[in-house]
Amino acid sequence: MSFAIKKQSEVVVVDVEGQLIVGNRQELKQKVLDELERGERKFLIDFSQTGYIDSSGLGVLVSLSKKIREQGGELRLANLNEDLKTLFELTKLDTLFQIADTRERALETF
Amino acid sequence: MSANYIDTLQLRLTLELCAPSDIRFIEGIVALIQRQCKEVSFPSSKCSLNIPVALSEALANAILRANKEDPGKQVYVRSAIDNDRLVIEIRDEGPGFDLRTSMRDPTLDENITREDGRGLFLMTRLMDRIELFNNNGNVVRMTLNRHAEAE
Repeated sequence: MSFAIKKQSEVVVVDVEGQLIVGNRQELKQKVLDELERGERKFLIDFSQTGYIDSSGLGVLVSLSKKIREQGGELRLANLNEDLKTLFELTKLDTLFQIADTRERALETF
Repeated sequence: MSANYIDTLQLRLTLELCAPSDIRFIEGIVALIQRQCKEVSFPSSKCSLNIPVALSEALANAILRANKEDPGKQVYVRSAIDNDRLVIEIRDEGPGFDLRTSMRDPTLDENITREDGRGLFLMTRLMDRIELFNNNGNVVRMTLNRHAEAE
């Protein structure tokens, strides 16, 4: 499991490869906060290569969304598979995040 | 191996393990049980969503909240798969932490932006039955039926 970060246009794109769980959530949080500190304001997390997410992983996404918004930025999510969509619907986090079907669609609408 | 073939067998697949109170072990334990369920043709969405998420939550609770990551304490896992269901028991060595005290609805407006509080909620939504009891430590027993109609 790892997090790959790259800049696409003006957007910091993070690919979550593997699981986003209690054991690695701090790593994702720190990487995104480092970019926020450097002045980045537009973030997209892409889940096309993600297995499962636990409650700690969901919690980190909520926390990052708040911190980015406090700095005048925006966090969007893309490429949730059916399991992840179910998870976001169960927890109603689909109402909290802007979720795009594809990375391209998410990037277009920033 | 097709699900139909599995249905003709009298199946009982068990696994017992003991792990240190370290969250780095969670993903591997989840993968072991997930693999067993796949091998005996548990429905794919249960293998890819219900089982890994609920099991991760239960293990994280045992390691972080009950055992408080004490390296001298262990987490004991027993799982049994038969034709009808998966039953997983997770026992910790904590002082008696009661998961029910932290149960709240994370989907309510006042809770939706909280970072915590979704673990037990997800366990109850993703498993068919959750039981909490004490047997030389706190035990969480989670049951997931193979088919929706099984009891």
